Amino acid sequence: MEELDRKPKTSDDDHVDELLNRDYEAGFVTDIESESLPPGLDEGVIREISKRKEEPEFMLEFRLNAYRDWLKMTEPEWAHVNYEKVDYQSISYFSAPKLNDGPKSLDEVDPELLATYEKLGISLKEQEVLAGVQGAPKVAVDAVFDSVSVATTFKETLNEAGVIFCPISEACREHPELVQKYLGTVVPTSDNFFAALNSAVFSDGSFVYIPEGVRCPMELSTYFRINAANTGQFERTIIIADKGSYVSYLEGCTAPMRDENQLHAAVVELVALDDAEIKYSTVQNWYPGDENGKGGIYNFVTKRADCRGVNSKVSWTQVETGSAITWKYPSCILTGDNSVGEFYSVAVTNKRQEADTGTKMIHVGKNTRSTVISKGISAGRSNNSYRGLIKILPNAEGARNYTQCDSLLMGDQCGAHTFPYIEGKNPTAQVEHEATTSKISEDQLFYCLQRGLSEEDAVGLIVNGFCKEVMKNLPMEFAVEAQKLLGISLEGSVG
Amino acid sequence: MLKIENLHASVGDKAILKGINLEVKPGEVHAIMGPNGSGKSTLSYVLAGRDGYEVTDGSVTYNGEDLIEKDADERACDGIYLAFQYPVEIPGVSNSYFLRAAVNAQRKHRGEDELDAMGFLKLAREKAKLLELPDNLMHRPVNVGFSGGEKKRNEIFHMAVLEPQLCLLDETDSGLDIDALKTVANGVNSLRSPDRAMIVVTHYQRLLDYIVPDQVHVLSGGKIVKSGDKDLAKQLEAEGYGDLVAA
Repeated sequence: MEELDRKPKTSDDDHVDELLNRDYEAGFVTDIESESLPPGLDEGVIREISKRKEEPEFMLEFRLNAYRDWLKMTEPEWAHVNYEKVDYQSISYFSAPKLNDGPKSLDEVDPELLATYEKLGISLKEQEVLAGVQGAPKVAVDAVFDSVSVATTFKETLNEAGVIFCPISEACREHPELVQKYLGTVVPTSDNFFAALNSAVFSDGSFVYIPEGVRCPMELSTYFRINAANTGQFERTIIIADKGSYVSYLEGCTAPMRDENQLHAAVVELVALDDAEIKYSTVQNWYPGDENGKGGIYNFVTKRADCRGVNSKVSWTQVETGSAITWKYPSCILTGDNSVGEFYSVAVTNKRQEADTGTKMIHVGKNTRSTVISKGISAGRSNNSYRGLIKILPNAEGARNYTQCDSLLMGDQCGAHTFPYIEGKNPTAQVEHEATTSKISEDQLFYCLQRGLSEEDAVGLIVNGFCKEVMKNLPMEFAVEAQKLLGISLEGSVG
Repeated sequence: MLKIENLHASVGDKAILKGINLEVKPGEVHAIMGPNGSGKSTLSYVLAGRDGYEVTDGSVTYNGEDLIEKDADERACDGIYLAFQYPVEIPGVSNSYFLRAAVNAQRKHRGEDELDAMGFLKLAREKAKLLELPDNLMHRPVNVGFSGGEKKRNEIFHMAVLEPQLCLLDETDSGLDIDALKTVANGVNSLRSPDRAMIVVTHYQRLLDYIVPDQVHVLSGGKIVKSGDKDLAKQLEAEGYGDLVAA
């Protein structure tokens, strides 16, 4: 266990400070009447949530057990982040836009909501998808808006393939046997403080089931968004890929500007059975706070995959640019023999953002393989930490891991930190770790300027080049979005 | 096109250029020669607008405008091109992507429509053919893993695609064997035109056998100590810088 602290020195800080200013483009509030529960959390609130969502009895039990676990836990403090503690009794744990029965066409969707999508920069193409326009590309959008999914498209095409893609509250009612079989099996209620809280109060999220031998006919996509003031969001996502199936799932987020810090504690559980593959891609652009770090989102997420079957594969790809505080470690438990886990990550921090992110690869089965490519970019006065655990259990004969961890620094007031943990309990395993730290060199910058590129474009270009190994794993339309996001997040942070 | 008067410039506290006077007209090729440390590269950087190269006195006008006030990217968009002595690597960014971004930045600056991928490819292929540039050089990351010759040829390729008005070639011959030198020189010569001027900075006369200059200037101690026609270069080759530098 080692820690490598890196702080570069440059002289050109005034310039950096002067340029480090840009308003958050998605900062707006939508005026839709919310039916919220009053702030506060006790067993009564949990019973009320479960009742309003018309959940089966086992769900209420699951929630209450989680709540009792949570009461016994304390908030973790080991991460390399600093933030004001959250007052969990000041949060409202349920808020839903008023909608009757759910919309069947775009006409039934609140125009305010459509306007919100527009401001979020959801492409026209995707709005068409949402609208169900004929000939629109087949990307299903399951939009989570203030805790309740309001639009689910392409259900018919998916139905034909036998794919279930619906809000998790719906799954609890219509597919209780699947939910009961898999919920909490990857991330137990007692796993950690935030996961326990999520299990107790989760409002909505997505449920995906891909039946045996089915290749999901389209990319599944979800836009998460935080809206009502003081409403923490607690999504719960479960994706099950049955034997020999394949699914690619996209998740993208943005949030309106707020004064209070907003808590986000999602749980994502993935299960891949024999020969199944799940590709999970995230582009995250939550409000990072103003230049003093005020008002940004707290993102405390538990994402974990269980490669339960032989030859199964899970691949996490993430581009993280938002949030004031990020605490996130998408992980893979490689249970099945020959299973494969991959983690490709770009984490950008600017201003006062703090990110502690990375992955855990737990090698349980024989000949399990994992690859970790992490690219951290720090600018402004931010702190960007990579924390990774590679654990090889005694039975993991022939397990292999390759980890590459690169940091790019912009300016001399930011920090990049690497905390790699390796636990090897099988002598036949091979574990490799490579790490580099670099700066955007003055030579590179001048070379780009001399060809006519502006400073901003030059930085965008160099940074995107730095991240290419990760970006190329994103689905095409997402990659374009992510590239733009990198440019926006780093605008003005030349060092 | 370019008028340099009494130019003084320093890097940090160190004065390097100490009163340069030079006028370059469209169509002309000027060679700047001189021993190591005479300020040749500094002159290129000052003209291209590199940060940290500070003009302390004198003036530079380009097409009638004050050049010193402009940022490096603006100068590039106005048609000043520097072929680097040590071309810089940009990992993960393909040469063609980089160059297209540059072309479009310049077109945008001039109020022209941006080139789409197809339009750019057509232009790039044309120029690559002209310079006998291997096709794969376009798709590899900018200068990453390029040989010395490939890097220099790539600089000329960028120049051909960007079609600048004033080309600064900084030690373009350094590190090239004779065959590579000829290819590069041919490329440069093919870009000579009545409305394009070039300033060729070189240590050796060798390059000037292939790129024949209209005027040759000897830079020493931050000043032009002697100017003449192409024969001056030959004379220097035979006699060395000795006498001039001592002066």
